[in-house]
Amino acid sequence: MDQRNQFHRQVALMRQSLFDQGYIDEQFVQLEELQDDTNPNFVEEVVTLYYRDSARLIVSIEQALDKSPLDFNKLDSLMHQFKGSSSSIGARKVKAECTQFREYCKAENGEGCMRTFQQMKKEYATLKKRLEAYFQLARQAGPSQAASRPK
Amino acid sequence: MVKPTALVVDDNKLNRMIHGKLLDVLGIKNRAVENGEEAIEVHLSGEKFDLILMDRDMPVMNGIEATKKLRAMGIKCMIAGISSHSIGPEKEEFMEAGLDDYHEKPLTVAKLLSLVSKIKN
Repeated sequence: MDQRNQFHRQVALMRQSLFDQGYIDEQFVQLEELQDDTNPNFVEEVVTLYYRDSARLIVSIEQALDKSPLDFNKLDSLMHQFKGSSSSIGARKVKAECTQFREYCKAENGEGCMRTFQQMKKEYATLKKRLEAYFQLARQAGPSQAASRPK
Repeated sequence: MVKPTALVVDDNKLNRMIHGKLLDVLGIKNRAVENGEEAIEVHLSGEKFDLILMDRDMPVMNGIEATKKLRAMGIKCMIAGISSHSIGPEKEEFMEAGLDDYHEKPLTVAKLLSLVSKIKN
């Protein structure tokens, strides 16, 4: 019982630090509110889908950044989609980099785009690691009162 | 009491999943399509819904065109535009296509509840 409580406390701390450090925002809470006994891993499923889907977008953006001259409309359009998906899971830092990228597209600043894209990929990878660790610990801890919507 | 039904129109798989779940949680039977053209086809095949959640930017047929076509077909149900643009000409253009309401992405429980309460009224 003690170990279970300790796990739950660790999960709660991990979750809080994701918010405190600005990795995730209120939208993540919205996803958690949709989790229930019929879909106890809903948030993890959504995040998994996000990483799978967005990987393709990242490749497309990379390919577009390789072209010369840069097609800023296409880059902006790709990033618009990527930003949308990132917003849907509450990926706050990733979303901020996407916004910056789009500003550089509007200004037709290729260097700015490339720099921001590298930064975005760093945030994207860091968030993935943090969330994977969080979900793994949450699964070990098992269901808690807080994990599901109250009936 | 007859439960309302909804159609999710969005090219983004993640959004279809999240919006579908939001509707499930509120007990609203729903289905999803990937673009405006599929939304039209679903209606042409005789299906009716109480609420349509219409994304704006989609390939094949976007939300603006789909909304105009649905209204021209005589579809009178609530159509809510769900888009990443909060204000400005993009929103105006979408509203003028025939929307009843408009919400910025991502959709939340609170936003959906406000839409559902409007259906009942």
